[in-house]
Amino acid sequence: MSRQHFDIRRREFLITSLGAGAGLTLGVYLGGCDQNAEKLTGMEPEPAQASGEILFEPNAFVRITDDNRVIVIIKHLEMGQGTYTGLAALVAEELDADWSQIVSEGAPADASRYNNLFWGQIQGTGGSTAMPNSFNQMRKAGATARHMLVAAAAEQWHVDSDDIQVEKGMLKHPGSGQQASFGELADLAAQQPVPDDVFLKEPDQFTLIGTVVPRKDSKEKVNGTAVYTQDIQLPDMLVAVVAHPPRFGARVKQFDATKTRQVKGVQEIIEIPNGVAVVAEHTWAAIKGRDALVVEWDESNAFDLGSEEILADYKQRARRPGNVAHQNGNSEKALNEAAERIDLEFEFPYLAHAPMEPLNCVVQRTDAGVTIWNGVQSQTADQQAVAKLFGLQPEQVTIHMLYAGGSFGRRGNPHSDYVVEAASIVKALDTRRPIKMVWTREDDTRAGYFRPLYYHTLSAALDNDGKPVAWQHRIVGQSIMTGTGFESSMVKDGVDATSVEGAANLPYAIPNIRVDLHSPDWPVPVQWWRSVGSTHTAFAVETMIDQLARRAGADPVEFRRRLLEDQPRHRAVLELAAQKAGWGTSLPKGRARGIALHKSFNSYVAEVAEVSLHSDNRFSVDKVIIAIDCGIAVTPDVIRAQMEGGMGFGLSPTLVSEITLDNGAVVQGNYHDFQMLTIDQMPEVEVHIVESTQPPTGVGEPATPVIAPAVANALSALTGQAFQRLPLTLSA
Amino acid sequence: MVTLSVNGETHSLDVDPDMPLLWALRDILGLTGTKYGCGIAVCGACTVHVDGNPVRACIAPVESVQGKAITTIEKVSSPVAEAVQDAWEQHDVVQCGYCQSGQIMSAIALLENNPQPDDAAINEAMRDNLCRCHTYVRIREAIHSAARTLADQGGEA
Repeated sequence: MSRQHFDIRRREFLITSLGAGAGLTLGVYLGGCDQNAEKLTGMEPEPAQASGEILFEPNAFVRITDDNRVIVIIKHLEMGQGTYTGLAALVAEELDADWSQIVSEGAPADASRYNNLFWGQIQGTGGSTAMPNSFNQMRKAGATARHMLVAAAAEQWHVDSDDIQVEKGMLKHPGSGQQASFGELADLAAQQPVPDDVFLKEPDQFTLIGTVVPRKDSKEKVNGTAVYTQDIQLPDMLVAVVAHPPRFGARVKQFDATKTRQVKGVQEIIEIPNGVAVVAEHTWAAIKGRDALVVEWDESNAFDLGSEEILADYKQRARRPGNVAHQNGNSEKALNEAAERIDLEFEFPYLAHAPMEPLNCVVQRTDAGVTIWNGVQSQTADQQAVAKLFGLQPEQVTIHMLYAGGSFGRRGNPHSDYVVEAASIVKALDTRRPIKMVWTREDDTRAGYFRPLYYHTLSAALDNDGKPVAWQHRIVGQSIMTGTGFESSMVKDGVDATSVEGAANLPYAIPNIRVDLHSPDWPVPVQWWRSVGSTHTAFAVETMIDQLARRAGADPVEFRRRLLEDQPRHRAVLELAAQKAGWGTSLPKGRARGIALHKSFNSYVAEVAEVSLHSDNRFSVDKVIIAIDCGIAVTPDVIRAQMEGGMGFGLSPTLVSEITLDNGAVVQGNYHDFQMLTIDQMPEVEVHIVESTQPPTGVGEPATPVIAPAVANALSALTGQAFQRLPLTLSA
Repeated sequence: MVTLSVNGETHSLDVDPDMPLLWALRDILGLTGTKYGCGIAVCGACTVHVDGNPVRACIAPVESVQGKAITTIEKVSSPVAEAVQDAWEQHDVVQCGYCQSGQIMSAIALLENNPQPDDAAINEAMRDNLCRCHTYVRIREAIHSAARTLADQGGEA
C-alpha cells in the first residue's frame, strides 16, 4: 500500500489555513504535508502518533514503520469501551511487541477487510462483540507479522529462525549476539512470503494478555487533543442545526425564516425530510438561527399518545397470551396447583442513550462520491443508506472513523437516522462544501430511538418444599429488530429475540415454564440500548427469584445456587460475588445487601449491592461488588473499568433516568430532567474477575442490567416490599 | 469586536457579544478540547478557567469574560494541573473521554483551592460534572492520588 493511502486514513488533523484577526476561519483536514503539521488545537504534533514511513504491512491490521512503531488498525469504534487498547493488545501479544511502540488507528469503512466476523459481511460494532469476534483474527495478524520478521532476521543474520527470540519489540539471536528492532527489519520482512498458517500462543504463554496495560487513548483524552466528530473543522465547512418536529410523525407545513436570515453568520435555510436545516458559518449562528425560525408543523399524522396511555394499552394486551418465546411443561396447571404463588407486574419507561457528545456527523460530496467523518458504529449500514440517498455505490462512501463521545448503542442506528439527516442537508443544498450537522442536547434527547417502554407480568409458584415449580412470564413492548437489517435473523415466529433475551433463556431449573411476548407497533422510534433486552428482563427475573426465596424462607444466594446445578459458570460468579461481599455477615441497622445474577453477551455477572435506608425516606447505594466471568481477561483493567462504568450506567435508570411521552411529545429535553447519576451518588465499586481459559466474551454491556435488581433486592430486604417499577421509588 | 485573552494570547474576534465563550473557543479559535454537552450549564463538559475559577463556557457570553484570563484544557499548566492530568492517565480514568476536559478543569480548580479534599469536598466540587460512562470511581481516585502527589512534592520543597 502506498504512503498516500496511509495518509488519507490516519488520524492526523492538520491546520491548513489560519487567518489573522477577526472572523478568522480555521481549516483542519485529514492528511496533507507533514511540514505544516500542527495539531488541531495548535499544540505540537503528538510524538505518540505514527509518523514514520510504513515499510511492512503483512495484512489488514498491522503496519510497521521505519521508526519502529507498530500501527494496529482497529476495525471497531472506540466509544469508551476500550477497543483501541484491547484489540491492540491481541496483536502486541502475538507479535511480542513492546506496548509503548503500539499505535492504534481506526479502520476505514471496508467490510471486505474489516467486517464483524459474527455478522457476516457487515462492518460494525455492537452486542459486546468487538473482543470475541476479533480474538483470533487480531492474534493471527500479530503472529503473521512476527513470523515474517523472524524470517527476515534469519535471512539477514544467516541463522536458523528457530534460534531467534522475540521480546518486547526486539529480535535477538543469542548464539551470535545479533539483535534488531522491528523497524530495522521491516523492509526485509516485507519481502518474506506470507505464511498460510501460524501458531498462536496457548493462554499459559501470554505475557501481555491478562496484565494491566495503559489505555492507548488516555493521553489525548486527558490533554484535549482527542478528535471527535464535534471537533472536525474543514476548509469551507458550514455547521447545520435542524428544527425537528415536536412529535413523531409530524411534518413541515411551512416556515418563516425572516428572522433567521437576520442572524449574523446564517447562510442557508433549507427544508429536508426531517425538518428545516439552518446552515451557518459556525455552531452558535446555526443555533441562534434555528431559535429564530418559525415553523408550522403538519401534525395530522403525528403520534399523540403519552407514556400513561401506552402503559394502559400494554396492560390490556398482557391479559391475552402472546407469541411463545419459550415453553416447557405446563406452567398454567402448575401455577394453579402449587402451594404458594407470587404474581408481579413490572413497568419500565423509555430511556434515551444520552451520550455526552450529542449526535452529529460531517458529510461532504466529492467527485468520487461522499466522504463522512463520524464516530461511526455501523459502517456498512451507513454506507448503504448514504449511497442510496445520493444514487451511489456503497463503496463510493468513504468514512473516517473518529472517537465517539459515548454511544451506548445509539450511533449504530439501524436506519442510519442521523447520518442520513446530515447527508440529506448536503443533498438539499447540492453543495460540495462539507456540512457538520450538530444536534443540540435537546435534539438528542427528543429524537427517539429509545430503549422501549416495557410492561411485564410474571407469575411463579413454589411447591410445599419451597422449590419453584412454575414460571409464567409475559413481556409487552415494541420490537427493536423489526424493520431493521437484523429482522430476518433476530425475529422468528413473531418473537424478537432481543425482547425476551434474559427471560426466555432462564438459567434456573424450573420444570414448568412459559415466556411469551406481545410486540405492539408505535411510531415511537426504538433502538438497542446498552445491554438491550437484559435492561428489563434481568430486573423481572432476578427480583422474582428473590421474592420466591423470601417466600420459601431461603437465603437468596443459597436459593439460586440450588437452582443452578447445571450452570457452573453462573454459580461461580454468584459464589465469588457473595464471598467477596461478605454475604451473610452483619451490617449496621438500616443497611442491607441484595444480589442479582445475569448472563448477557455470553458473559456471566453477579453483583451485590449494599443499600442504606435513611430517615427521610431516601436510600443510597453505598457499595457494589461485581464478579464477572468473561473468559480470558485480555485487558483486566479495561474490564474493571467496563464493570464500574457499565454498572453505573445501569444504576442511573435504577435511580433517576426516565423518558416520558405526553401527547406524543417527549417531556424531557436536557440533563436537568433526563438525569443521570452524579459523582456523589456513585457507590464504591469492587470488581473480581474469574480466572478462565475460555475464549473471551463481551464486557461493554453485561454489568449494566444486573445492578437494578441487586438494589431492588436489597431494598426488599430492608422494607419487605417488592419493587415493580424503574426508577425505584420508596412508598411514603 | 470582542477581545479575549485565551491561554496567554490576546484575540480580537468579530462575533456577537452574546456568543457563548464555548463557541468562540471551539469554532472561532479552534480550541476544541472544551466540549459542548448541554448548553445550559448542567453537565460541565465545557468547563474552563476564568481568572483561575471554573466557569461553564456554554453560558458565559464572550462580552462577560473580556479582559479576564481564560485558560483551556489545551494549555492549562501548573504543578496542580500536571498532577491531575498525570493522575488521570495513571488511573486510566477516561472511557469515551468527551466529558474529561471538563472534569479535569474542575478537578484542577478544586485542588488549587483545597489541596487535600475529602470525599465530601470532591462531591461538592465535582457534582455538576456529568460522566455518561460513569467513570466517577476513577475520577475520585485520581483526585485523591493527585492530592497525594502534590503533598509529597510540598514535602520535598
